[in-house]
Amino acid sequence: MTEAGSAATRVLDVAGLSARYGHIEALHPTDVRVEDRELVAILGPNGAGKSTLMRAIMGLVENAGTVRFRGRPLPRRAPEACAADGVVLVPEGRGIFGPMSVAENLELGAYLSGSKAEFERRQERVFSLFPRLKERLSQVAGSLSGGEQQMLAIGRALMSDPKILLLDEPSLGLAPRVVEEILGSLSALNREGLPILLVEQKAPLALKIAQRAYLLSVGRVIAEIDPRKVSSYDEIAHYYLS
Amino acid sequence: MTKSPTITFPDMTRRGLGALPWIAAAGVLAYAFFVGGYLTTVMSFALIYVVFVTGLNVFMGYAGQVSFGHNAFAALSGYTSAYLTTSHGFAPLPAFGAGLALALSCALIVGYPTLRLKGHYLAMATLAIGLIVYEVAVEWTSVTQGYMGISGIPPIGIAGYEITSERGQLAFLTVIVALATLVSWRIRESRFGRALSAVAGSEDAARALGISASRYKLSAFLASAAFAALAGSLFVHVVGFVSPEVYGLHMVVLAFTMLYVGGIGTIAGPFVGAVIISLLPEMFRQFKDYQDLAYGAALILLLIYAPRGLSTISSLFRRAAAKKAVVS
Repeated sequence: MTEAGSAATRVLDVAGLSARYGHIEALHPTDVRVEDRELVAILGPNGAGKSTLMRAIMGLVENAGTVRFRGRPLPRRAPEACAADGVVLVPEGRGIFGPMSVAENLELGAYLSGSKAEFERRQERVFSLFPRLKERLSQVAGSLSGGEQQMLAIGRALMSDPKILLLDEPSLGLAPRVVEEILGSLSALNREGLPILLVEQKAPLALKIAQRAYLLSVGRVIAEIDPRKVSSYDEIAHYYLS
Repeated sequence: MTKSPTITFPDMTRRGLGALPWIAAAGVLAYAFFVGGYLTTVMSFALIYVVFVTGLNVFMGYAGQVSFGHNAFAALSGYTSAYLTTSHGFAPLPAFGAGLALALSCALIVGYPTLRLKGHYLAMATLAIGLIVYEVAVEWTSVTQGYMGISGIPPIGIAGYEITSERGQLAFLTVIVALATLVSWRIRESRFGRALSAVAGSEDAARALGISASRYKLSAFLASAAFAALAGSLFVHVVGFVSPEVYGLHMVVLAFTMLYVGGIGTIAGPFVGAVIISLLPEMFRQFKDYQDLAYGAALILLLIYAPRGLSTISSLFRRAAAKKAVVS
């Protein structure tokens, strides 16, 4: 699968993408691609540039290079245009709107859609994936547990009917059991055909659900990993420790 | 004690308490209307400030931005009204139209580049606008007559009918304030309002959902500038006089105090805050030399005991009730 993937099936094609914060280049020119129906993980230690890569793809940081979505170039400084094209990010730290209710958060996810019937359809899909959100609909989002907040963040992104979902470390600060639940839902979404690009620090968990993975270190892709060929995690641990 | 006492707190009582700030402020207004005299003047100023603060609330409370420069828009519209009605014989309404257009164009020119800034930078940029407009009002004497100011501005009037009595003006201002509050409420409950609070919550998250943060910030800036312009023009017609000091930095300080004491981001906040802050100095007038001291102390007490503003006082009672329930 690694070599295959013609331009026709390629969903996301990131070429020579670099990003900087002021004078510091946090991400050196990087190539990443996601094929149709694929779940790709971005692994790497703290400060490797994983979040920066995600923010650069969305155009949330100053960046250079090209990002193509199904062959069409995405604008480089307009996250709202990326979202309109169906490239949707669940940001690190969830970014839910704390003072608003769960229902209002979901409503904002569907901000770009006008149709009521479509809204209901998407909301049903979110509820079937995360039934707990339905129970908490009128609750203030800030009062949800960490895991529920993450479910809400993913649910909110799904409300915009993404064509590819980018997730920045959805396991952050969650209990192991909750992490498995969240990653399980992502895997289910992917099996339905949704391409996913997932940033994750917990490599073993991510490799369980990913079809392919990139390893990032100090702002560079240093390896591309086929999870089926990873016999031991020593090899990955080596990168983390070096 | 697993059951939350907030749920057992009777809903009717809570709603009643929620209306309390409204009722109190409206009561003072009605009292001023019947008593007349000096209190009517104080309340007229308070109502003009309600309009100004309501606008500021859209930008600061709903959209979560900071502006120290909205006095500029009040000044632009106020001076336009004053100049056109005194020197060119305009009626108040078309003069206000011109003032509003000027204020909005200025807000657009200033807002477009500065709203790309965040936090402190935006606040500093807006502070500069206020200072620049103040300087222009002082120096451009051929139009503004500098520190002397423009006097003899006609009172508010529509279609030849002028509202000259103080009670009439108060009634007119009450209608304007009711409309302004209604608009503010509609904004908050609208799609636009929710987008604003999303931007206030997290700009990046809002953008990642397809909400154009800069466009909504600019729209909120323009909307609040329009409120400020209306307040500026109302002022010159009610007082009949305008000078640069009217729209000085103290206007910003006063408006901020009103916004925070009333409750930022709430619908009743601007109304409650403006009325209270306008009345406080009057209540302490008998203290003579200690008036400012009493005023300052009252402000501190208000912000300690109602940190989210007086219009959220119902939640304060709810907390007290909750505490009592825990104790017993």
